[in-house]
Amino acid sequence: MPQIQHPEDAIVRVTRSCICGSDLHLYHGMVPDTRVGMTFGHEFCGTVEQVGTEVRNLKPGDHVLVPFNIACGKCHFCQQGLFGNCHESNAQATAVGGIFGYSHTAGGYDGGQAQYVRVPYADVGPTVIPDWMDHDDAVLLTDVVPTGYQAAEMGGIQPGDTVVVFGAGPVGLMAARSAWLFGAGRVIVIDHVDYRLEFARVFGPAEVYNVREIDDMVVFLKKQTDSLGADVCIDAVGGDAAGNAIQTLLGTKLKLEAGNAIALHWAINSVKKGGIVSIVGVYGPTGNIVPIGNVVNKGITIRANQASVKRLLPRLIEHVKAGLINPKAMITHRVPLADIADAYHIFSAKLDGCIKPVLLPNGQ
Amino acid sequence: MLTTELVDTATIPGWGVDADPKNNPTYPIRHIEDQQTRGLTWDRPAIQVPDVEVLRSIEHNRLPAVVGTSTPPSGVSGAIRRYAFRRSESDWWHWLLLMGADRINVVEGVVQDVARGRLPNIPAEMGARAEWRHNKTGLARKVGTLIGVGAALYLALRREGGPAIPHTPDLADAARPAPPAPL
Repeated sequence: MPQIQHPEDAIVRVTRSCICGSDLHLYHGMVPDTRVGMTFGHEFCGTVEQVGTEVRNLKPGDHVLVPFNIACGKCHFCQQGLFGNCHESNAQATAVGGIFGYSHTAGGYDGGQAQYVRVPYADVGPTVIPDWMDHDDAVLLTDVVPTGYQAAEMGGIQPGDTVVVFGAGPVGLMAARSAWLFGAGRVIVIDHVDYRLEFARVFGPAEVYNVREIDDMVVFLKKQTDSLGADVCIDAVGGDAAGNAIQTLLGTKLKLEAGNAIALHWAINSVKKGGIVSIVGVYGPTGNIVPIGNVVNKGITIRANQASVKRLLPRLIEHVKAGLINPKAMITHRVPLADIADAYHIFSAKLDGCIKPVLLPNGQ
Repeated sequence: MLTTELVDTATIPGWGVDADPKNNPTYPIRHIEDQQTRGLTWDRPAIQVPDVEVLRSIEHNRLPAVVGTSTPPSGVSGAIRRYAFRRSESDWWHWLLLMGADRINVVEGVVQDVARGRLPNIPAEMGARAEWRHNKTGLARKVGTLIGVGAALYLALRREGGPAIPHTPDLADAARPAPPAPL
């Protein structure tokens, strides 16, 4: 069991955790400094067991959802609502803040795919789950819901805009769903797995297209959008993309690039001139071959970040209460923590219709 | 030429005339009008003193107030990681060294397991049971490929070490008496 190491720490007994698409980047060895023996898992909720001497907002017994960002709430960035960019939580890198269970590049904190977890800055991120909220909804509010929502928000969507979402995983699904909340007029989802596209068609609800049935994605999307391109393109894929052999070899196999950046290429090349590309897909931090010339020539705005969960939580909790979003509908698998290896494989290999697996520490 | 002198903005004609925060295209992420701090000036949280080795990016001028203490660097991979942290986050080698250290760390992990008398069940750790349940065809293809590649490697090695070397006449042949001429 982890120990209190700082007066603002809490120890949380995990009741639910998830495997995130971002975890697959760790699983596939694409994020550096992922040390043997470290515990993964940045999406979890649970019961507070112990609190440090300076924790004021939580007490043992509280059931909390814990945002994936570890944020101090005081630094230059936290004060601007950039909780994903805290400067007081990650010794190993300045580019990203601390994240639970996400390698030492994100601070070297053990994560929530465990029975207990140390939660630093317990007064800042963790939020007591409202009585009316289903805990399946709560656990998804720790990452995928705010990440998908922020992807749409960063897109600066204007009423009537055409939005293309690359990736029909949980974040892409949530981005598609959220695009409507910002007034999109048309939402298109692209993926390479039929069952995920079928899910997106219903959950989005969105127009869906399979990468494998399209010869040239950019030309196809231009034709779909009056030959000008989409107003907003969202990359909800990151480095594990399918679709380009050379990038797969250099990025995902040899690890010489930040993964396979094909989704980002498509996003930049499919957006209209003056449009916005919003990136929430995770890329490793090595080199990358990004068509930056097209970014300049087309006058594109690129927006990207880890979601600042705490900033978005109040609004998203209201949206869940109002029934505008229904996160738990994405949960397809409930797996005892002891069977985590199988759960990772099912999620990674896209078997058994898996959209989102939830891990149950006590098998319940 | 490098200079450390700051420019006095009061001497620049028109400085700041268009600096309306409402024009900032990064809204709503940055709230410059509400900004309370500049530089490293905030009221810091209590400082954690780590009880294990924590590597620090050279882009930090001080250790963050709270740090992760999972799995401190150790062994050969740890030495590579320490070396990698002498380079900045903008240096490709920093990341490539860390990626290399990760691969070495995997081998170290297996060796450590074996040293503790625990043989790692790698197929199970890679989800073979799930593959068997949900993707029998794929599993059969992978096992078939593995057996095929293994057999090819075995044959190639066997050929190298075995009698496949072509026979060439040597001195012993030259010394051997010629067969008697036919009568």
